[in-house]
Amino acid sequence: MILVWLLAILIAGGIVAWPLARLHPLLSRSIALLAVALDLVLVLFLAARDFGDGNAGTGWHEELDWNWIPQFGIHFHLGLDGLSLLLVLLTLFLAVVAVVASWNDIATAVGFYHFNLLLIVAGILGVLLSLDLFLFYFSWELMLVPMYFLISIWGRERRVYAAIKFFLFTQLSGLLMLIALLALYFAHHQTTGIYTFEYQDLLGTQLGPQAEMWIMLGFLAAFAVKLPIFPFHSWLLDACSEASAATNLILASLMAATAAYAMIRFLLPLFPDAVHAISPIMIVLAVIGILYSAILAFSQTNLMRLIAYASIGHLGFVMLGIFAGNSLALRGAVMTIIAHAISIGALFLVAGSIEKRVHSREIESIGGLWDTVPRLSGVALFFALAALGLPGLGDFIGEFLILIGTYQAHIAVAAVAACGVLAATFYALRFVQCAFQGPNHGSWQLPDLAPREALILGVLMVVLLWLGLYPQPVFETLGQAANHAPALWR
Amino acid sequence: MNCIHLISLLPLLLVAGTSVLVLLAIAVCRNHAVAFALTLAGLTAALCSTFFLPSNQVTQLLLMDRYAFFFMGLLTAASVFVALCSYSYLAAREGNKEEFYVLLLVATLGAMVLTASIHFASLFLGIEILSVALYGLIAYLRDRPLPLEAGIKYLILAGSSSAFLAFGIALIYADVGALDFLAVAQRIAADQSGVSLELLLAGTVLILTGIGFKLALAPFHMWTPDVYEGAPAPVTAFVATVSKGGMYALLLRFFSLSGADRFPRLLLVLSIIAIASMLAGNLLALFSTNVKRILAYSSIAHMGYLLVAVEVSSRLGITAAAFYLVAYFIMILGAFGVVTVLSSGERDADRLEDYRGLFWRRSGLALVFTAMLLSLAGIPLTAGFLAKFYIVAAGADSQAWLLILVLVVSSTIGLFYYLRVVTTLFQQPISEDQSPEPLPRRAPAISLVLAVLTVFLVWFGVFPSPLLRLIQSAIGNIF
Repeated sequence: MILVWLLAILIAGGIVAWPLARLHPLLSRSIALLAVALDLVLVLFLAARDFGDGNAGTGWHEELDWNWIPQFGIHFHLGLDGLSLLLVLLTLFLAVVAVVASWNDIATAVGFYHFNLLLIVAGILGVLLSLDLFLFYFSWELMLVPMYFLISIWGRERRVYAAIKFFLFTQLSGLLMLIALLALYFAHHQTTGIYTFEYQDLLGTQLGPQAEMWIMLGFLAAFAVKLPIFPFHSWLLDACSEASAATNLILASLMAATAAYAMIRFLLPLFPDAVHAISPIMIVLAVIGILYSAILAFSQTNLMRLIAYASIGHLGFVMLGIFAGNSLALRGAVMTIIAHAISIGALFLVAGSIEKRVHSREIESIGGLWDTVPRLSGVALFFALAALGLPGLGDFIGEFLILIGTYQAHIAVAAVAACGVLAATFYALRFVQCAFQGPNHGSWQLPDLAPREALILGVLMVVLLWLGLYPQPVFETLGQAANHAPALWR
Repeated sequence: MNCIHLISLLPLLLVAGTSVLVLLAIAVCRNHAVAFALTLAGLTAALCSTFFLPSNQVTQLLLMDRYAFFFMGLLTAASVFVALCSYSYLAAREGNKEEFYVLLLVATLGAMVLTASIHFASLFLGIEILSVALYGLIAYLRDRPLPLEAGIKYLILAGSSSAFLAFGIALIYADVGALDFLAVAQRIAADQSGVSLELLLAGTVLILTGIGFKLALAPFHMWTPDVYEGAPAPVTAFVATVSKGGMYALLLRFFSLSGADRFPRLLLVLSIIAIASMLAGNLLALFSTNVKRILAYSSIAHMGYLLVAVEVSSRLGITAAAFYLVAYFIMILGAFGVVTVLSSGERDADRLEDYRGLFWRRSGLALVFTAMLLSLAGIPLTAGFLAKFYIVAAGADSQAWLLILVLVVSSTIGLFYYLRVVTTLFQQPISEDQSPEPLPRRAPAISLVLAVLTVFLVWFGVFPSPLLRLIQSAIGNIF
């Protein structure tokens, strides 16, 4: 039941927060914060209860199965295991951060903003929790419209273009997934005579190799665009350079996490042979993505675009980890999803803070901030180092595991991908060098971090350090998901 | 024909009787409110009667079964909404208003006859009752150039489509020697090889052409944008829903009864029409900045989606089509309801400019419109999403991959123009001094009904089971 409450609290919170903004914007913000914080507490409670002692039983830790549309065999089926628990925690944590980070930045239509924000978070949780493929698709699509509004109402000059591009890319790929999903549904019916969208039932569907490949490609299209991987990434750049910092946090960190999760949860177990067949191509795309984004990040002048490229680079590592085909790399991929969400999200917030002070996203026009805002600059340096994979921080652990795992499978690929880590150093240091060091062209005299900013960035730093120094809890929680997908995690 | 038959005919009798009653009322005392109240009462009574009447075949012409009652209920409900919209719309305009309701009732009657007809005579009768009343409705504001032009256009094209229809019926009669659908079915079933069915096939294609005109399917869609733009907003809503809904119910029944789907060549023609409609509707809408025209093109595309379900004439396909039709009714009526509310006495609110920043002036209305447009685009939480899902499911079930691929691609193109309207709704007012005065709150009744429609939209989008059960019991007897 708790799982339904998680969704209900978010949706109800959104519906309540909307009209309350007419009374006072603060009320709306508080309700939104309360809703996500309450969810976070509930999930922490679940985690402490089921995963605290390290020897929780097999099966789904929390499960709920209601009939939804019996005519089509559609269930409202939610379940939680180690993998989804980690990402649900991540989502809610970053949702709290996003609400706090946009506390003073949203001036117009405050209620509608929080309604959309909470609806997106509910959609993300729906994706992470659903064990019915129709429910999964429903939640997957549910995120789109609120995100469209977040970009198109509270973005910058070219926001409408960016929002429509985002919507078209994700919607088209989502519809391809819908066709594939239905093909799977009817293929399962042909072999078993049962109409079902149940994850567990569909796992064993007998498919011919060609059908399996086509159906897998339909799913992959949706996940590849949402992640995004190399040739399908252009919407993310436009969206990130136009949307506000808190929106970017959700867009680049959390939506990517859902796509990576969907690959691990659905793509690998449902279509093992097709994934195996296509994995060389995906690995090459991942490596191209890593190098390409590092090179382009180096030449960006727009701060948000630079960070978006950095994000694509990290997600290239995630792809590598997922398709490398061994459990070490897969664990690394999960770790990278989490660390990337935090470090890249934090960088977006830092960029937002800079933008608020100097009213620009152009790196060239900033320069020499260290003297006037030392704390903000220090925080930025910390997250830039995290992004380039400094040992002791979360990203390092993830990328290290992915590289080890890949090395076992394909030595050459691992070597090239390692160059990507090196290339990340260039753009991360250039970011720090240009924005904070160097001459102070603008003669900036700016206020340093406000307590609210300092608090959220500080918490993010602590979490990243914790992930880097003591990642064991993550792997233990993850390890228990092994019960559900034994072939994957061995 | 005996008493039981008359009881089964009650919905038709009620609507027909009300139209006569309104005429008499006009003769006695010309009063807009009275005519409106009578219409509303008659339609509501007809709507209620559809829920608990016995099924019966009444003469050779009409089969009053659950299927017919279901669609009659849908059509009368839509007419009730159109009447509600028309009241405030007409009140703000010059000229006599009362006869509008007579025409509305007669047109509804024609569409209702279509849902029950199992005979080419009642088919033709229904179409003509519908069309003749529509000529008057479309050109009702006869002092204005646009409605007149639209009325003439519709008159000419509907007239020629009736000619196609009559010719097709004649060919079928020449071949079969009878005019009821069952006879056609027996003729097809008797001839397994299908060699000697050329005449029948030609007749069916001609009938399809006539129906294609009415449904505004792709090669026959030219009249749609002009008529939608020219007709008064409530009438446009009526043309888009009641008139097309009646035709669709007929088409579904004709296909499932006659077994015409056994002709591969006919299915090929249908596929081409469906693909052309989906692409033409969505592509043409991209270049339009007139909201009524955009909705017209969008309705062409939606008829194409619906045709996919007709072609897959399995049980799943028919269920999908009926569900889609209900969703389509809700969203089109909702969208035109918003257009009606925003229209001023001088002209209809059909320019995209009229909607700029609506969210910041009338947030409720803007949200209803957004919900309708997103539903037309097929976004989750709305009935439009599940409707599209069922159509794709029906297509995937019978492995019509090309059709559903075109559906997916064209509905992605469609997103583009729906989003453009939605974006316009949410655009910030350009500057403080330019911000237009808050719109006067016209027609609270329509606003209430729009809210109800939105609730239905979300309800069917989240809990479709009750509606699906209703549909499945309604189509139970034709399969």
